[in-house]
Amino acid sequence: MIAAGIDVGSTSTKVVLLDNEKMCCKVKPTGWSPRQAGRECFQELLEQEGYRDEQVDIIVATGYGRVSLDFAHKAVTEITCHGRGAAFLVPGTDLVMDIGGQDSKVIKIDEKGKVLDFAMNDKCAAGTGRFLQVMAIALGLDVSELSELSRDHTPVTINNMCTVFAESEIIGLLAQGVEKGKIVAGIHASIARRMAAMANRMGTNGIVTFTGGVALNDGVRRSLENELGRKIVVPRDCQLVGAIGAALIGREILCNELISN
Amino acid sequence: MADYRQMWTDLGMDLEKHDLLCEVLPEVYTNIYLEQENRPEGMEYFNFVVSEIHGVRPAELIEHQKKGGKVFGTFCIFVPDEVVFAAGGIATGLCGGSQFWVPEGEKVLPANTCPLIKASVGARLGRTCPFFRIADIYIGETTCDGKKKAWEILSQDVPVYVMDLPQMKRVKDIAAWEDEIKLFMQKVEEVTGNKVTSEGLAESIRLINEKRKALARLYNSRKNSPVPISGKDVLLATQIAFYDDPARFTAQTNALCDELEARVAKGEGVFPVNAPRIMITGTPMAIPNWKLHHLIETSGAAVVVEEMCTGTRYFDNLVDESQATLEGQIRALAERYMKINCACFTPNPGRIDDILRLAKEYKVDGIIDANLKFCGLYSTESYNVQNALKEAGIPVMHLETDYSEQDAEQLRTRIEAFVEMLGK
Repeated sequence: MIAAGIDVGSTSTKVVLLDNEKMCCKVKPTGWSPRQAGRECFQELLEQEGYRDEQVDIIVATGYGRVSLDFAHKAVTEITCHGRGAAFLVPGTDLVMDIGGQDSKVIKIDEKGKVLDFAMNDKCAAGTGRFLQVMAIALGLDVSELSELSRDHTPVTINNMCTVFAESEIIGLLAQGVEKGKIVAGIHASIARRMAAMANRMGTNGIVTFTGGVALNDGVRRSLENELGRKIVVPRDCQLVGAIGAALIGREILCNELISN
Repeated sequence: MADYRQMWTDLGMDLEKHDLLCEVLPEVYTNIYLEQENRPEGMEYFNFVVSEIHGVRPAELIEHQKKGGKVFGTFCIFVPDEVVFAAGGIATGLCGGSQFWVPEGEKVLPANTCPLIKASVGARLGRTCPFFRIADIYIGETTCDGKKKAWEILSQDVPVYVMDLPQMKRVKDIAAWEDEIKLFMQKVEEVTGNKVTSEGLAESIRLINEKRKALARLYNSRKNSPVPISGKDVLLATQIAFYDDPARFTAQTNALCDELEARVAKGEGVFPVNAPRIMITGTPMAIPNWKLHHLIETSGAAVVVEEMCTGTRYFDNLVDESQATLEGQIRALAERYMKINCACFTPNPGRIDDILRLAKEYKVDGIIDANLKFCGLYSTESYNVQNALKEAGIPVMHLETDYSEQDAEQLRTRIEAFVEMLGK
């Protein structure tokens, strides 16, 4: 039984194949066509792993591009998928913090990964991967450098959450001669404050799992731990959690079909 | 639509701009309404009303004016229509529910005003809605700061009379509203030139009570599973109730209810039995604002009740019909209207009681607490609403949106996730 999960995010497309106990994956930039990115990433993974199309029993799509994948059997929101994926990768998780390219969310789940409640910032780029990207450009850096640069620096306060205003604020700080490391630490802290405000409203005390592409930035994780006063787990496949969740949901659908037949 | 261009020209409308509105509405309506499956036949009447939205009813109102009658434009469910009809006038709702009117409103209002107010002011000043042109006088009220200031701007273009709604519900506040209704009656008598008699008022109290009963009956059919009619269709009927002829509306709605009750008896519905049942609570949805209902009902859930001004707040509680004197009737009116649980009151525990009661009566699985952007009253009250619902163990999600379509996909993700969370 082979189940595929395709997570077409605003920035990257992630595909996961679950073949019984074996799991393989591929990540690719989404670009301008979510449909094409989903299709290509899926085909390339099949070829890379030596599978044929018809061997895949079910495809579940998620992410903002989920509706454009007409070859998928089912579309499920990234919120549901992240809950399922996080519970699978980090058993005992009761709060998932996901920061993707264009939105961030806090999801409260039960032990099976079923969503109990969620909060989402989805109106602008504030506190998302895009926010980090724009700030990195303003600082003449690549996003991958942010974590190291901010290590052991006291954050300056960044007041603006609006991406455009925060960019001007950072340019102002640079003009004052504030060290880049402090500024980056400040950017991480501002994202963490926003996430912590959403998390505190949920009120949980189990394991907090941090997912999404931004979880690759360890500086944001450190800031989140500071804000929440708790340890935060970043699964090794943090970027793939949504796609893994989608594939797991696909597998469940297949199992249910088998049982009912 | 028949040709009403002469009528619109006579009303001093901006025809060119109005044509743009007339062009988009049929397509939107087809996508949202006509493509629904298994719609009740009784919705045909409401389809007709929408297809002739700026024609048939405006023509009737103009006919009424030609015979010397007056038309009162209202914006809020606190304004007692009974008084207007008792004096031989016609009351008609004037709420703006389209993004189309917003830019015109923004010319005179701050951008951070709620879209309902912006659209209403824009519809008047942009001269693109016949109802806003026809009304002889607008009746405002003091339900929020945005509206209070908007009346001052509108009154430079059209006569506006403002009723002062108390903001608490003590005995003296109900008495104050009674006084306000008396003053309103004097104003209506002055505008129409007709005296309000207790016989006339008794008749109009019955007329509006019958409309409330028809709406209550319509909503009552939604307590069944499967639900016999979509939330979208009920929202439309409710929106039309604000400006249609009350007697005709009541008759048409009761006819629709006959059909729905027959469906219920046969166990027929428009959504599968396991579709999550949603209540929407919050700010009103003026015609043609169908955005949230459409998103919810194309995400696998059914809207089964609205705790909104375009919902249960509009028809809950009847006016006592047993009063024989004007004095007694006015008190009965004040008592009925002061039972409406609007977020403009402090404190407002009645609204939370209503939401909890409705959740039980309509067997809802989850509640979407939705307010229009920049509505400080409802968005602030949301904190207490959400806490009460969490305590009662009822899943709730808060949404804030306006009339534009820009956030539709983000809203869809949240709504779908909520529906998946409720999944049966």
